[in-house]
Amino acid sequence: MAEQKFSLSVCVCVCVCVCVCMCVCVWAVRAMMCGCGRDDFQEELVIRPLHSGDIYASFQFRTVWETDFMRGNKVSHYRLFPKSLGQVISKFSVRELHISFTQGYWRTMQWGQPFQPSPPGAELWVWFQDSVTDVDGTWKELTNVLSGIFCASLNFIDSTNTVQPSASFKPLGIGNETDHRFLRYATLPREIVCTENLTPWKKLLPCGSKAGLAVLLKSEKLFHSSFHSQAVHIRPVCQDWQCKTTSWELRQTLNVVFDLHNSAQGKREWSLFKMFSRTLTEACPLASSSKIYIDITDNPQGEQFEVSPATPLLSQAVVLGDRRTFSVYDLTQQITFGTVRSLNLLIRWKSSDMLRPLLHAERYVAGYGLQTGEIHTLMYNNHPYRSFPVLLLDSVPWYLRLYIHTLTVTSKGKDNKPSYIHYQPSKDRLRPHLLEMLVQLPPNSVTEVTVQFERALLKWTEYTPDPNHGFYVGSSVISSLVPSIVAMDTNSTRERPLFSSFFPCKEESSYFVRVYTEPLLVNLPTPDFSMPYNVICLTCTVVAVGYGSLYNLLTRSFQIEEPSPGLAKRIANIIRKMRGVPPL
Amino acid sequence: VHLTISQSRAASSANHIQPLLVDNAGQFFSSGHTNNWAVLVCTSRFWFNYRHVANTLSVYRSVKRLGIPDSHIVLMLADDMACNHRNPKPATVFSHKNMELNVYGDDVEVDYRGYEVTVENFLRVLTGRLPPSTPRSKRLLSDDRSNILIYLTGHGGNGFLKFQDSEEISNVELADAFEQMWQKRRYNELLFIIDTCQGASMYERFYSPNLMALASSQVGEDSLSHQPDLAIGVHLMDRYTFYLLEFLEDIHPASKTNMNDLFKVCPKSQCVSTPGHRTDLFLRDPGSVLITDFFGSVRKVEITMETINLTDPIKQVEQRKYSYVDQLPVSEIIHQKPKQKDWHPPDGFILGLWTLILLVFFKLYGMKHLKHIF
Repeated sequence: MAEQKFSLSVCVCVCVCVCVCMCVCVWAVRAMMCGCGRDDFQEELVIRPLHSGDIYASFQFRTVWETDFMRGNKVSHYRLFPKSLGQVISKFSVRELHISFTQGYWRTMQWGQPFQPSPPGAELWVWFQDSVTDVDGTWKELTNVLSGIFCASLNFIDSTNTVQPSASFKPLGIGNETDHRFLRYATLPREIVCTENLTPWKKLLPCGSKAGLAVLLKSEKLFHSSFHSQAVHIRPVCQDWQCKTTSWELRQTLNVVFDLHNSAQGKREWSLFKMFSRTLTEACPLASSSKIYIDITDNPQGEQFEVSPATPLLSQAVVLGDRRTFSVYDLTQQITFGTVRSLNLLIRWKSSDMLRPLLHAERYVAGYGLQTGEIHTLMYNNHPYRSFPVLLLDSVPWYLRLYIHTLTVTSKGKDNKPSYIHYQPSKDRLRPHLLEMLVQLPPNSVTEVTVQFERALLKWTEYTPDPNHGFYVGSSVISSLVPSIVAMDTNSTRERPLFSSFFPCKEESSYFVRVYTEPLLVNLPTPDFSMPYNVICLTCTVVAVGYGSLYNLLTRSFQIEEPSPGLAKRIANIIRKMRGVPPL
Repeated sequence: VHLTISQSRAASSANHIQPLLVDNAGQFFSSGHTNNWAVLVCTSRFWFNYRHVANTLSVYRSVKRLGIPDSHIVLMLADDMACNHRNPKPATVFSHKNMELNVYGDDVEVDYRGYEVTVENFLRVLTGRLPPSTPRSKRLLSDDRSNILIYLTGHGGNGFLKFQDSEEISNVELADAFEQMWQKRRYNELLFIIDTCQGASMYERFYSPNLMALASSQVGEDSLSHQPDLAIGVHLMDRYTFYLLEFLEDIHPASKTNMNDLFKVCPKSQCVSTPGHRTDLFLRDPGSVLITDFFGSVRKVEITMETINLTDPIKQVEQRKYSYVDQLPVSEIIHQKPKQKDWHPPDGFILGLWTLILLVFFKLYGMKHLKHIF
C-alpha cells in the first residue's frame, strides 16, 4: 500500500516536473523567438507659466519600437506604432521625417524659447536613406501621401519651394554619414491649421483621444489661442547606452500658448478646465509613463504662484541651457486623482520674472512701390560677453529676384564677413533662392543682414484666386549652439523627461537651438483681372463706330433724287399720264 | 446602416432566425447598391461666403451621422472659415443663429481645401483620372454598385457655377462628366443636389441614365440666404440647405422616408425661390427610393470563425556602433567645399578661343587690317 502510494506520488511528481519543464521550455523558446519588436509609449505634459500672464502647455507623445523597416522583411503587425506612418517609412525609405503645422508666431522675447521650435504654416524636412536613387521623385510622392494622411495641402510642395540645405538641418537621429543630397526641406507659410489637421494627428496616438492626456485636446480651446503647433517627428534612436542597435522613435508634440485675455478673462488664474475645458480621469492604459510637469523654478517658496493640488514629487532637469525645477504629477498612480477621481490643476499667480533669451531674430520687408524692396533680417545676441556662431538659412521664392551683390552683413555698424556662404540662385518657375551663411554674432549686439530684391510679373494663370492678399515668403531658420549657464547632460540614454531629450547633446557647455523668423507677405504687381472684359467692350465699340462710319463714307455712292411733288401736282401727273402727255 | 450577417457555420440551434435571414438577404440583394459615396463641394472663397461652407458642412454632418464613413466622403472646401482670423469663435462653423449647432464638429476631415478646389480637380475626382501619387482619401473609388451623392453650393448663374471667383464649370461639362462616369461604370445611381442661384440650369443638360437631380431655384430666380448672426456678422446658411438640414435631422439610419418627401422640402413660402427636381432619367420610381439609399450607408459584414496565425519577425543583430550627429559642426562647415552643380568651361578657355578666332581672321584677310584695329 505504502509502496503503491510512494510510486503514485513519484509518478505525480515526475509528471508535474515534466509539465513544468515543458512549460518552461516552451516559454523560453517563445521568448527567444520573440525577443524583438518591443514597443513602448510614454506621454507627458509640461505646463510653464509665462511672465506675461499667458501659459504655455507642451504635450509630447513618444512611441519607441524596436523594429527594422529597412531590412526587407515586411512589417505587418503594428501595435502602438501607427500603421500609416510605418508604411510611409518603409515605402519611401525615409531615414528621418519632421513635419509641423503651426498657427501663430512664437514671440521669443515675451515667452522665452519653445521646447520644439516651428515656423508659421507647414514645414516638412526629410532625410532619405542612402539607397534611394531618385530623391526628387520620392519626395514628390511622399508629400502627396502625407497630404492625404494629414488632410493638408502638402501637394503644393514642388520644386519651386523645395530646397536642399548644405549645412543646416543635420539629422536629429543617429547616423554616421550626412550627405546632404538626401535632405529636402520645404515650407508652406500659407497653410492653415484647423480641426481637420488635428483629427488625423490624434488618430495616430495609441489611445486616440479617448484616454490619457489626449483627452485634453479639444479643438475649440486649442485654436482659440495665441500659438498652436502640432508636429510629428520620426527618427532612429539608440536602444541602449551601447548603441549597437537602433529602434524607431515617433514623437508627436503639440505646443499651445493660451492668452491671458482670451482664455482667462484677464485674471491670472489658470486651471486645466479653463485651458482645455476638460479634466483628467485616467492615464492611457497602454502608456508606460504618463506625467504632468509644472515649471516651478521661479517659485521655490510659493511666493509667486501657488499650485493645487500640491504634490510631493519634484524633479530637476536641464533644458534650454537652464536648470529648472518641476512639480510632477504621475497619472499612473491612482492617488494623483484623489477622491473625486479627476485631476484639475490650479495655478494662481502673484507676479513673475523671466530669463532673457540669448538669441532671437526678426525679419521685415523695407522699401516702397511694387518694383523693388529690401529684406532685413535682424539677429540679436543677448549674451553679455560670449559670442557664438549662427547658421542662417533663407529660402526665397523665385518671383522675388534677389540681388546678391547688395547683400550686407553688419554688426554694431561694422561689416561682419560670414565664414561660410552657400548660395544657389533661383531658376524661374523651377527652384527658389537658397542662401546659407555662417555668421559669428558678437556679444550683446544686433546683426543685420540686408539684401535687395526686385518683384517679377507672373503669367496671368499663375496668380491665385485672391492675388491682392499677397504672396508669402517662408521663415528664415537660424540654427545655433548657444552657450549654456548650466552643464548640459550628454548621456543620451539616461531616463530623462521627454522635453529635455529632443535635441541630441554632444557637448556640455552649449545647447542647440533653432529660431524661426516671421514669414513675409509681399505684394506682387497684380493685373486688374476685370479689365479684359472692359477692354473688349471698349475696343468693339470704338471699332464698330469709328471703322464702320469710315467704311460707309468711303464705299457709299450718291445718287441725285428729285424731291417728291405736292398732292395737287401728283394728281395732275396721274391725269396727264392717262391722257398720254409728259408729266410736269 | 443595413447589416447582413452571413454565418459560415450552420446555426442548427437557431431555426427561428432562418426565415428572418432569408428575408434580410432578399432585401439586401434587391436594393441594387452595395456601397455609398458622397462628394460635397463648396466653391466659394472669402469670409462673406461663410454660408456656403456652412451649407456643405451641414450636409457632411448629416451624411456622417447616417453612416457614411470619412473614407467614403470627398469633402472639398474652398476656404477655411473655422480657423479664419475673422471668426469670433475659432474652430466652429454655425448653422443656426445664436450659435446653436456647430456643424464643424470635432472630427472633420477635409480632403481638398483652399486652392485645391478647382474645376479640374473636381472633374478629375468624378472621372477618376487622378495622378498616380494621389492618396486614397482624395479619390472617389466607386464602382458600378455605388450610390453617389453629389452636393454643390456656391455662386452660380444660368448654365454655370463659379469656382473661387476665378473660373467656372458649365452644365455641359458636368453632364459630360456624368456620362464618362456612366460609361466607366462608376456609379449605380447618382443623386445631384445643387444650392446656387438659378440652380435648375445645371441639371438641364444631363443625359446619362440613373441620375436624379434637385436644385434650390429655377432659371431666372435667385436662391436666398437664411439669416445673419449678429455676433459673427455674416449670413449663416442658405434657405434651401437650412430646411434640408432640418428635414435630414429627423432621418435616422432605419427610417423609410422616400424621395417624394425630399422633393417637398422648402416650398416657395419658405424658400422664396421655387426648388426644382428632375427624375426622368431615373429608372426607379422616386417613391420607392429611400433617403438612406443616398444619405446613409450600406455595409456588408461577414463574420468568420477561422484564426489567422501571425509570424514573429526575425531580428538580425548588428554589431556596428552608432552615434548621434553633431548639429552645428562649425569647423566642418567652414571647410566644406561648395559643390559645383553646373559645368563651367575651364579657366582661360574663352580667352584662348577668342585669340584663335582673331589669329585665323588675320591670317585669312591679311595683316593690313591689324593697323586699323590697333
